[in-house]
Amino acid sequence: MLEVKDVNSFYGKAHVLNDLNFSVDAGTVVALLGRNGAGKTTTMKSIMQLVRPRSGTVTYKGQNITSWPSHKVARNGLGYVPEERRIFTQLTVLENLEVGRQPPRDGCTTWTDDMVFDLFPNLAERRNNRGKALSGGEQQMLTIARTLMGNPAFILLDEPSEGIAPVIVEQMARVILQLKSEGLTVLLSEQNLHFAQAVADGVVIIEHGTQKFVGTLPELQAHPEIRDQYLSV
Amino acid sequence: MGLFIAQILTGLANAGALFMVASGLSLIFGVTRVVNFAHGSFYMLGAYVGYSLMQVLPGMVGFWGAILLAGIIVGLIGVIVEICVLRPVYSAPELFQLVATFGVILVIQDLALMIWGPQDLLGPRAPGLKGVIRIMGEPVPQYDIALIVITPFVAFGLWYLITKTRVGTLVRAATQDREMVSALGVNQAWLFTGVFFLGCALAGLGGALQLPKGGADLLMDFTILGSVFVVVVIGGMGSLPGAYLAAVIISVLNVFGVTYAPQSTLVLMFVVMVIVLMFRPFGLLGKEEIAGEHGQVGEPERPIKPAGNRVRWLVAAGLLILGLLPFYSGNFAVVLVTDIMIFCLFAASLHFMLGQGGLVSFGHAAFFGGGAYAAALFVTYANTPMELALVLAPICAGLAAIVIGWVCLRSTGVYFAMLTLAFGQLLWSLAFQWGDVTGGDDGLVNIWPSDWASDNDIYYYLAFVLCIGGILLLRQAAHAPFGYAMRAARDSARQAEAMGINTKRIQWVAFTFAGIMAGLAGGLFVFSKGSIFPNELETARSFDALIVVFLGGVKTLSGGWVGAAFFEGIKDYLTRFEYWRLALGLSIIIVVILGPEGIVGSLRKAGERFGILKVPEDAK
Repeated sequence: MLEVKDVNSFYGKAHVLNDLNFSVDAGTVVALLGRNGAGKTTTMKSIMQLVRPRSGTVTYKGQNITSWPSHKVARNGLGYVPEERRIFTQLTVLENLEVGRQPPRDGCTTWTDDMVFDLFPNLAERRNNRGKALSGGEQQMLTIARTLMGNPAFILLDEPSEGIAPVIVEQMARVILQLKSEGLTVLLSEQNLHFAQAVADGVVIIEHGTQKFVGTLPELQAHPEIRDQYLSV
Repeated sequence: MGLFIAQILTGLANAGALFMVASGLSLIFGVTRVVNFAHGSFYMLGAYVGYSLMQVLPGMVGFWGAILLAGIIVGLIGVIVEICVLRPVYSAPELFQLVATFGVILVIQDLALMIWGPQDLLGPRAPGLKGVIRIMGEPVPQYDIALIVITPFVAFGLWYLITKTRVGTLVRAATQDREMVSALGVNQAWLFTGVFFLGCALAGLGGALQLPKGGADLLMDFTILGSVFVVVVIGGMGSLPGAYLAAVIISVLNVFGVTYAPQSTLVLMFVVMVIVLMFRPFGLLGKEEIAGEHGQVGEPERPIKPAGNRVRWLVAAGLLILGLLPFYSGNFAVVLVTDIMIFCLFAASLHFMLGQGGLVSFGHAAFFGGGAYAAALFVTYANTPMELALVLAPICAGLAAIVIGWVCLRSTGVYFAMLTLAFGQLLWSLAFQWGDVTGGDDGLVNIWPSDWASDNDIYYYLAFVLCIGGILLLRQAAHAPFGYAMRAARDSARQAEAMGINTKRIQWVAFTFAGIMAGLAGGLFVFSKGSIFPNELETARSFDALIVVFLGGVKTLSGGWVGAAFFEGIKDYLTRFEYWRLALGLSIIIVVILGPEGIVGSLRKAGERFGILKVPEDAK
């Protein structure tokens, strides 16, 4: 469904991603693992075209989306959930959802406010609160809910478990599995291997912007030395 | 009592147009982060377009239809400007966008001159509202009452649009995080264009609405700009209720000022602004502006290095040619080059704080004109000799910079820029309105150099030593640890603070130093001309300096004086054309889009390409 081929990305002169090659099949959850600064977020942004790869291609549903404007990528069904909970703090929960709202898309769930509130009951009570009044976990839920309002077929989840309470991390895992069961494809970046193990089918490990391992979760589990070398457990 | 109420009503009526222009500016800034300098020009266009439409559309419907249409037409002109001029430079640093909109001002000025001619146009009166009504015995024009009624409706409509509709929600979201909005599937480009349309249409509407009260003239653009900035700053950038409140305060104040203190109307406005900002640095209803939260845009700047031997020889040769000028050329060239050198020092001082310190000032003329006025006042009232006056000029400018810098540096980014503009206007108003002391519009005359320096050639050498010395001193400061600290504060204030650099103090000292050097240039200027007029303090003068700095190359060390020398040199030739503003405006826009490195940056690039200059290791 998504194919990243020979992608190289730079920040100015700094070479951040080095020949990345991996693909994500429809209906699966792939975890992009790596330590802090490994290039996970840049990979996400390079797929979204928020960072323009200097070479290589990103193909989504057979279309080469490299160098498309980001809004066009999003409108083609790629939903992006940024790290650091970039919600609109001055807007209410409902308004945040409104910004994410897009017209229905064939073959995808058409999300409504009530449906995302069912998924995240905490948000329902706070629908008229401003973003800045939410707790960290609630903000994280809101970033996911907001992206769902665009009725994506594929979501890019950037470190959803970072800096939130364990009980909410569990809730996140349940949500991801539920979304998968509804047919969504997910690429998830993580440092937390336990979290990834709970939800992922496939794994990509990167370090210093270079790909170190691509395979299924059982394959990774069969090679604990890889895990020890590239991930801080 | 009746008079009091009548005056409040007049103030409220005047607030209408001001509010519309200010809210448009504020909206555009909020979403696009562009301080649209050309906003006054759109206001002026609104008046002219409205005037022309009123000539053809008859009756009451025609009058109000013309106002509405004028708003729409000006909005569409704004769209053209946004697409052609601003879209290519959104990713460039703030200053580039400012300069681009400044180019638009020049273009619109000349286009208006071409189409409507130089004479002031008297606005037609509103059909059906030509009379006055008496309130407690005082006559109040019916049109004023109409304006008082209309403005809150416009304000409410705008408020509704921004807070209650999807488009408004997107606009507010984009104000906070544009990238995220785009990642959620919203086409930013059209959102920007839409906001630009709305903002410009509001300015146009304001211009057309005030026609029966003020008519249309070619100075409207700059006249309103000062007030609009004050309103936006007092109200708080991005706050619509704030803009309304501030527009009312300023307008009412002006009306009372005209009656009770006609000598200080202009000053009053700025005094109020300074007082408000002392207590609320982000305006009455504004929120803190966090500058550069999502990182620096554009290429990182190259580290500054001492000039290589080749460049040093070049400079030495240039100085020699310059130093021998009186021996091989006539009086005209000597006087011209004196002026050029003075302007170079002025521009270099602005470039110093702007390039090294990242402090974009819109009011640097305050120190140039301030120094000049200080010298002139000492000569006029205390018979001070030139030598002493030339020492006092930079000192006075420096003292002014200490005070002004203290107030302005409490704010950052766009607030800082507007505050400096306001202080520039404040000094200008002082010089202009305090006629008893400053001579007002007639200026101060008969300020001549001492006998020994009265010869043009001798004065040339005096200016040569002081200007070149000043420019070298500024350059030296950039290479000193002080310069490192300035750049650290510019690039990452927080990290610099964490390293133990008192960034505010560094900026304050830099601001003052730049002010002193501008004051020195001003002092030299006044003795070279023999007179001084308020226009040396005008905002336009500050912009002259900004533009040459920009065209010379902001990100280079010598951009300031090189740009100044180049433009002061060709100005004489350029201004002979009837529509030179149009030509200059268009060239500014083209340079912004095509050659943003400026003269020095482009020369350096060319030099490196052809192997004349070495490419530094870290830039390969």
